[in-house]
Amino acid sequence: MNPVHLDVNMASVSLLFIYAAMAVYTISFLMFVFHIAQATSEKKSVRDSSSRLQRAAFFVLGFGALLHGTGVTLRGASANRVPWANMYEFSISGSFLIVLIFLTALAVKEIRVIAAFVNGFALLVLGTATTTFYVQIKTLMPALQSYWLVIHVTVAVLATAFFNIAAALAVAYLLRDWPWVKSSKSPIAVLIRRVLKAFPDSAKLERLSYRFNVVGFILWSFTLIAGAIWAERAWHRYWGWDTKEVWTFIIWTIFAGYLHANATRGWSGRRSAWLSLVGFAAILFNFTIVNLFFKGLHVYSGLK
Amino acid sequence: MAGYSSPRPSDHIDSEEITSPDIGFRGWLRWFWRQVTSMRTALFLLLLLAAAAVPGSIYPQRSADPNGVTLFFSNQPELAPWLDRFQFFDVYSSAWFSAIYILLFISLIGCVVPRSLVHARAMVAAPPAPPKSFTRLKAKATFEGSTTTLDDAFAELKARRYRVVRDANTVSAERGYLRETGNLVFHISLIGLLVAVAVGGGLSYSGQRVLIEGETLVNNLASYDSFAPGTFFNKNSLTPFTIKLKKFEAVFDLQAVNVGTPTDFRATVVSRVGVNGESKTSVIRVNEPLELPGANIFLTGNGYAPVLTFRDANGNVSLSGPAIYLPQDANYTSLGVIKVPDASPRQFGVLSFYYPTVAKLKTGALTSGFPGNVNPAITMSVYVGNLGLDSGMPTNVFSLQVHGLKQVAGGKKHPKIELNKEGQTVKLPENLGTVTWESTKRYASIDIDYNPAQLWIFLFAMLALAGLIISLLVPRRRVWVRKVSGGFEVGALAKGDDARLEQTVIELKEKLATKVAKKVKK
Repeated sequence: MNPVHLDVNMASVSLLFIYAAMAVYTISFLMFVFHIAQATSEKKSVRDSSSRLQRAAFFVLGFGALLHGTGVTLRGASANRVPWANMYEFSISGSFLIVLIFLTALAVKEIRVIAAFVNGFALLVLGTATTTFYVQIKTLMPALQSYWLVIHVTVAVLATAFFNIAAALAVAYLLRDWPWVKSSKSPIAVLIRRVLKAFPDSAKLERLSYRFNVVGFILWSFTLIAGAIWAERAWHRYWGWDTKEVWTFIIWTIFAGYLHANATRGWSGRRSAWLSLVGFAAILFNFTIVNLFFKGLHVYSGLK
Repeated sequence: MAGYSSPRPSDHIDSEEITSPDIGFRGWLRWFWRQVTSMRTALFLLLLLAAAAVPGSIYPQRSADPNGVTLFFSNQPELAPWLDRFQFFDVYSSAWFSAIYILLFISLIGCVVPRSLVHARAMVAAPPAPPKSFTRLKAKATFEGSTTTLDDAFAELKARRYRVVRDANTVSAERGYLRETGNLVFHISLIGLLVAVAVGGGLSYSGQRVLIEGETLVNNLASYDSFAPGTFFNKNSLTPFTIKLKKFEAVFDLQAVNVGTPTDFRATVVSRVGVNGESKTSVIRVNEPLELPGANIFLTGNGYAPVLTFRDANGNVSLSGPAIYLPQDANYTSLGVIKVPDASPRQFGVLSFYYPTVAKLKTGALTSGFPGNVNPAITMSVYVGNLGLDSGMPTNVFSLQVHGLKQVAGGKKHPKIELNKEGQTVKLPENLGTVTWESTKRYASIDIDYNPAQLWIFLFAMLALAGLIISLLVPRRRVWVRKVSGGFEVGALAKGDDARLEQTVIELKEKLATKVAKKVKK
């Protein structure tokens, strides 16, 4: 394969779109936060007007996603390939998918309340990506020239998106379950209590979190298998305990534990919610610390 | 998720309630076995396995990074032997890691076998009778109904592909047996996967060889530079084939933002299977191995091999041929070690650098500015003295122990030997003769891998994935419709998560109620 022409100008335009998306996401994030404040207000008139603010916030978020998606597409087009060959690209594509899945999943009414969390998370990822992970556009090294780059990585990002939403729901569940939040008279506890009123009840939160984790787990299992198939082609063995493989395995095992916990007396509920958070922390660790500081074959951050 | 949500069948005995086991040895044994196969143990072992895998990503592993282990030993000579004693450099084959996953699999087998029997019985059994009272069911409804309601319910549930039975007052139905089937298929596939991995690992082999353009590999043990056989490896599984490296090409990007990034590596090889097989030319690339019967051939590395000729002062050739230079950086600044034991008047060794595109650093030192062969140059440091090749001790061909040797070219005292173009001949100091740079070849590192169980591993992984999807997404649900005083009641119960449980009851109630309404109109 001869070197692909790299369109540096297009890559710069892509970055502009990403910055624009960040600005719009900031606005929608603030709108969601205000909405929560309104929706849990003591005054009925304020509460009644809150759904209008929420609807507007979703439009702003949708517009941000449009800019974000354009930025991602241009980044890929500038090198004529998929836009997830290094950490920067993986971050912008991954956060875009998270927002996209969240917007699609809005059909499930109960998850609307975690909009602020998902929006905030996407904003944080974009912020880190543009300030810390940014690298100039590059062609693909031979090891990445495979259709498995499309399959393996897309599914990994999808899995991460589902785990992310599940983790947000688990946080809400745990907050509600926290005795301090339940009974303390401190103003912060009172505030959290008020905010939590906007959330579905604990049983519903638990069930929703479980369902998102189930889909995440299936996708993660696929990621693992697809990775093994690709590894056999590219590195002549299907499994070699490379650091990234180790962490993929660890994450898989934690969530397998989570599924078992949900069926074990005394472990469903709070403990399994904690496990879900431990699993998501392992995913973040795998993507950041392992990518940047651990030695291994998956060294694609592009950072020196 | 509480109560009736266990993926293990409802009649599976979980460990928590067992407080006073049967008296006697057999009772204890049974108690112990129940502990081992309980869900709680499985959960505990899974989390333990996850935790036990972590050190393998922190400390270098002999299997993946042997050089890293050597480096760790020299950097931390105090700590390393202790870590080694607890197998922290071989985590995934260590006694403790193995103990955890073997226990996990024992627990799994102990759970899956009885569960399969229970499920096999359930598959042919009639749906169970309803509970005495529906008060504890989360999904339930009551409605008026008519004399045909039970018949309608029977037909409706049948149409929805439930297994249905009825008696005078009740219709009992169950669906989603596939959920448990999927669950069992998943767990049994994991056992199959483990066996396939173990058998495959035992029968497999992996061999490495560096081939310079023009060289041929014959598939026998003597041809390999390094060879890692499995425990049950048999020499006869080396199928007879030869591979000749005809040509190696690398493409590096020249665009300013991306200069020097490799975009393609291609090894053109001629392979021949069997003694009388036909020669076949093919191209091996990264991600595109050559599949021969009995082994796959992978391209794992490459570099430059300048062809050099050393002559003594009388013009007699003491060494001639391509020398393998190992790349030291992304721009292929490459280090070559050449030992000339047959030189006269005395033997000497050479530490040499190859720069495919030579450039000067600010310090004056040479480096390579681009990995492609644009403006190549070679430098050499020469050492005379006993090279230690006759002592009978094995030596590394890619390193030169300069301790005890006298440096006669390069270093602080002497200028380096410099060759700037192919065909050039340069005189060596101290009457050692001359060196000629004849031409430059390229070499490819290839990896020959054989694992007969790979297809089985793939099949079991796919089966496990299919089982997993079914077991997590197909709802298992029981539905009852019963005649009570003043009308009918409908109730449903899910085994595990069921997003449509309440919905099902509502739909059923509405359906049966509208049928009643229609009949009344007639």
